[in-house]
Amino acid sequence: MDSLQEVPSEQAGLPDPFNDISCGGWEISDEPRGQMSLWAVSLQGKVWFREDIHHLNPEGSSWVEVQVPGEVVQISCGAGDLVWAVLWEGQLLVREGIGRDCPKGSSWVVVESPSPEVGAIHVAVGVNVVWAVTKDHKVWFRRGINSHNPCGSGWIGMVGEMVMINVGLSDQVWGIGAEDRAIYMRQGVTANELSGKAWKALPSLRDSDRAHSSASASSLPSAGCFFSGEVRVQSRGSVIGDIDAGQEASCEAAPLLHGQADAPKPLIPKVTSDSFISELVSDRDRREGAVSTPIPEEDQGSEQDDKAPPALVLSHSPSCGPDPQWSNVDLEEAQTHLAVGAASDAAETSSLSSVATYNLGLEEPYGPDEHPLWAWVSGGGCAVDSHSQLSWFNSSAGMCSSMQSMSLSVSPAQTAAWRKQIFEQLSERSKREMDNFRHYEQAIEQTVWVKKGTMQWWRDWKPHKWVDVRFALEQYCGTDGSKEGILFIYYTFNEEKKYLHAFINEVTILVPVLSDSKHTFAIYTPERTKQRWPIRLAASTEHEMFDWLALLTMSCCDSRGVQGPPSKQAIWSVTCKGDIFVSEPSPSLEASPYPMSCDQMFWHQIGGHLRTIECNSLGVVWGIGCDHTAWVYSGGYGGGFFQGLASSTDNIYTQTDVKSVYIYENQRWNPVTGYTNRGLPTDRYMWSDASGLQECTKANTKPPSPHWTWVSDWTIDYNVSGGTDREGWQYAADFPASYHGSKTLKDFVRRRRWARKCKITTTGPWQEVPPIPLCDVTILPCMAQSKVEQVLLWAISNKGDVLCRLGVTPETPAGTSWLHVGTDQPFKSISIGGAHQVWAIARDGSAFYRGSVSQQNPAGDCWYHIPSPPRQKLKQVSVGRTSVYAVDDNGNLWYRHGLTPSYPQGTTWEHISNNVRKVSVGPLDQVWIIADKVQGSHSLSCGTVCHRLGVQPMEPKGQSWDYGIGGGWDHITVRGNSLEAPRISMAMLSDRPVPASSTPHSPLPLRNPEGMNGNVVQS
Amino acid sequence: MADDKDVLRDVWFGRIPTCFTLYQDEITEREAEPFYLLLPRVSYLPLVTDKVRKHFQKVMKPDDVGEMWFEYEGTPLKWHYPIGLLFDLYASNTTLPWSIFVHFKNFPQQDLLHCPSNSVIEAHFMSSIKEADALKHKGAVVNEMQKKDHKQLWMGLQNDKFDQFWAMNRKLMEYPTEEGGFRYIPFRIYQVTSNRPFIQKLFRPVASDGCPHTLGDLLKEVFPAAIPQNDGQKKYQVMIHGIEPMLETPIQWLSEHLSYPDNFLHISIIPAPSD
Repeated sequence: MDSLQEVPSEQAGLPDPFNDISCGGWEISDEPRGQMSLWAVSLQGKVWFREDIHHLNPEGSSWVEVQVPGEVVQISCGAGDLVWAVLWEGQLLVREGIGRDCPKGSSWVVVESPSPEVGAIHVAVGVNVVWAVTKDHKVWFRRGINSHNPCGSGWIGMVGEMVMINVGLSDQVWGIGAEDRAIYMRQGVTANELSGKAWKALPSLRDSDRAHSSASASSLPSAGCFFSGEVRVQSRGSVIGDIDAGQEASCEAAPLLHGQADAPKPLIPKVTSDSFISELVSDRDRREGAVSTPIPEEDQGSEQDDKAPPALVLSHSPSCGPDPQWSNVDLEEAQTHLAVGAASDAAETSSLSSVATYNLGLEEPYGPDEHPLWAWVSGGGCAVDSHSQLSWFNSSAGMCSSMQSMSLSVSPAQTAAWRKQIFEQLSERSKREMDNFRHYEQAIEQTVWVKKGTMQWWRDWKPHKWVDVRFALEQYCGTDGSKEGILFIYYTFNEEKKYLHAFINEVTILVPVLSDSKHTFAIYTPERTKQRWPIRLAASTEHEMFDWLALLTMSCCDSRGVQGPPSKQAIWSVTCKGDIFVSEPSPSLEASPYPMSCDQMFWHQIGGHLRTIECNSLGVVWGIGCDHTAWVYSGGYGGGFFQGLASSTDNIYTQTDVKSVYIYENQRWNPVTGYTNRGLPTDRYMWSDASGLQECTKANTKPPSPHWTWVSDWTIDYNVSGGTDREGWQYAADFPASYHGSKTLKDFVRRRRWARKCKITTTGPWQEVPPIPLCDVTILPCMAQSKVEQVLLWAISNKGDVLCRLGVTPETPAGTSWLHVGTDQPFKSISIGGAHQVWAIARDGSAFYRGSVSQQNPAGDCWYHIPSPPRQKLKQVSVGRTSVYAVDDNGNLWYRHGLTPSYPQGTTWEHISNNVRKVSVGPLDQVWIIADKVQGSHSLSCGTVCHRLGVQPMEPKGQSWDYGIGGGWDHITVRGNSLEAPRISMAMLSDRPVPASSTPHSPLPLRNPEGMNGNVVQS
Repeated sequence: MADDKDVLRDVWFGRIPTCFTLYQDEITEREAEPFYLLLPRVSYLPLVTDKVRKHFQKVMKPDDVGEMWFEYEGTPLKWHYPIGLLFDLYASNTTLPWSIFVHFKNFPQQDLLHCPSNSVIEAHFMSSIKEADALKHKGAVVNEMQKKDHKQLWMGLQNDKFDQFWAMNRKLMEYPTEEGGFRYIPFRIYQVTSNRPFIQKLFRPVASDGCPHTLGDLLKEVFPAAIPQNDGQKKYQVMIHGIEPMLETPIQWLSEHLSYPDNFLHISIIPAPSD
């Protein structure tokens, strides 16, 4: 066939357009060659069969309605005798009686959905196979199918999660992954093993193919996305760009519309999936339409329905028509627009208010998610022999990520019986062969192992400068078998050889400090933390630095007994460089009255790059990158520069992040020429950093470290606090001063900010949670023992929308879909605490409390406005078991007073502290902050981790601060730490001053004569 | 969930409690007490028995001290087999500690190689690694290593430095992802009741249809008798590092995780206990 010809449908008296069509039947048993069957599903859920299609009359002659016992949403017709359809309610229909004399069969048989709770949404049949997808994206294979028994005998659940599935020639199977929207092909499908073996992702397309793919990427199906009026926001049309994507979307929408016409159906309440929101987000491409269009409210939509029955409310796609107004489209027009597949979701309501406020101008020019998100696949034209090697799997590295993301949800190898058995047998063997013989001598005595190198050291005394030193790590085995080590720094002072040393077991953290010129890292001990003066070393190459860092980190972890992935109780923190650190809390950290000092905490690095991180004590950990990409912790450890033994084999993925580098153009006014780039001799550089101390020109400014590469050019940044004029300038009386956006008579200087984006690519135990960019996330804190079916997780999109994640469990920390929670204005911070209290901060700086959030009603019902402290704009909030703390724009920390179970909003804000950047309140109501300006004995540090001391159930505000690691820290979360301190009563303390940690030494074991070599005199 | 790294550690730190007793024919000046030692499974006897020699030399005249060799229940123990293999092959299912006789005379020339110094063990060890790499990567990896890298492998074994050894050994365990495994799996199969010292054949980790080969596939090809028959009667135990992996275990995984430091999978096939 050379061209497509429209098959007119109105002549058959079709009441509504089609939304699915399936062709097959060319191998119906005993059928003369050249016959074909074509089945179609209309928007109203009716099924039609095209009569008389054969090679002489390929367009067929007429449509015949086939009565169905329900509303069909999708149909699939195989090459042979199989025709299956999916009903709106989620059951499946099987056509029986198909044969040469009766290609359209005789009757339907209803087959229940594979899963009793979750209905089917998609079915795909081949010659001898039937595959189905249920609404929870699970994939099912039908057992026992043959031409005599088209119904088969039972369902088999398969691994993998798909949004749709398609069966091609020779029963090969294709699917679109639910998580990553990649195209998967079923490997190992043979005539004997029709269910195949495993899903394999197709590598993503090359750039040259992208232009084509982007069209479908932006039009994802909104299968299973329904909003109810309960959200109390307005409705809007969604835009579907091509028919493929439209099919699925409209097949969902159709019954809804239909339902409105006769009896209103109970709508599935306010569940949205990633795909739908991504669709909203994708609308930004057509923002002229989306923003300028006055979009009708939902009831208007139904009015329109009433006026023009039985017409459907269909929207023009704003992208294809100059008039983006909504309109009623009559049937004829609807049909001519069939190709547009305009699926109206007038019955669906979405968050219009928030959509309208999406800050479109600030949209990043590139997204973090660079592979196309597929919506539909058809393998019908692709004959794959079961033994043929498919070249498209070999090409690209791009597929790795999608393969891996698949393996996270599946990981068959991890759960394989053989592996479990090896683990068990090995530990059994160790018990058998070693447990009773621990008193035997070891054959090999442990010796000292030394690694040496040369480095530069930032001298401790003035004048501070980099001096050449020799650096050595000596490791040896302690008497109890633990590994110990000492660091030596050999330097020369006044021609005298000296050295400085640090015990590995005293090192609390190793911090890489990469710059564009030097490969430095800092070593802290508790003493050095108090001084705010770490040991700073510079290696000659980046490689050497990471070599040392990896070795030292491993050595430190060994000596602390830290290995493997972080525990669920772990405290996570992020530095201003985006490096991620984790610390295992000891129970004495929150002990009272004598807690462990927080400068003693041992931190070690985890690969990846993030801006914030949040967790809870069930091991659910989420992070957000500088580019607002959401990431979920995969359970691994290592990545980044940790390789080999310091890194887990599984669960390490590629991670990218994008941030901006800013420089300032400074000008001074003079009476002759006005503003010029000729300053006074005392002025700052005319191109500088924010402080004006460093010269930063467009040409000489490099990305922050060699790991970053530029991905954009310099552009003027208009989004600067204080505002700018139309050219981006900010004015002030003099440098440095407070700048404002318009020139006054008193202003003699001006500056403007230039931004340039750079990108880092690294690895770490993080997996992307597409597609919505986030600016804040919070996870319900709970006690470690508690069992919850669903972990409540709320987030704020970078547009300011409040979102609630569904389907988050300790096993599936990424969850399944976003639920949108309506707000009157954009938000910026959110926190959920004990008893499901949800607090949030709006962009205007006021606080909101969400009422009636519970396990059963995870989105709550309404917002209560809570005024901010007088004259302050709040910026961040954190809610613990009962305490609520907030931080304002001026660095004040506030405690919410007067919270009671019956009045959870509290009464007043009470000032606790200033110089606070961030607060994290944990499940024990413990309070940790990032503080600015902490004075140490040698230096001042900004961005310091601090711990509130004296927090007690009766004294939730605590008494004073204890200072931990810093500066340079940007974020901390203690919301996983629910380790209660051992209770010590004061009476006990006065009685016997035993520190909580020390246990009485067990008496020396009696010497066992057998096995001891001690009775022989040894030299 | 346990990590595969833990398997490497468990394998490396496997120890066999051993009781060394001086053979009764040896001439001593006073009674020799038995000597007890935890022997690393992955090491070689001469490498870890310095203390044993010193212990017994104290009660012997220097003239009576020849080259030391070991015997278990009448079988001279080959020093060039890893200790774990010797134990699995000859002494599985016996009570611990492993009781070994120490000899200083009557060296069984026909059964054992001489081992005058540790450099002989090093040479043997390195040649095994090279042979294994020849099978795995056509020798490409080991040949690319520098002398000091070879030394690091050897010193790691000699000094029982797991990290030092694995920092280098992991390079020998790499393979191109698209191939799904090594070229051939370096393995040797040993039996007590055989005249052949061991069986070694070319065996690929992945079948021609792309399916990973399992331990069962290997045995089917090389030693079918080791696979339990339909009647369920298990005639043989298939031991690696004192454990019996399931026959479904992929051979590539075994090669990566249960190989000895010489990079060979040493598999012992022993008659199943008849209880």
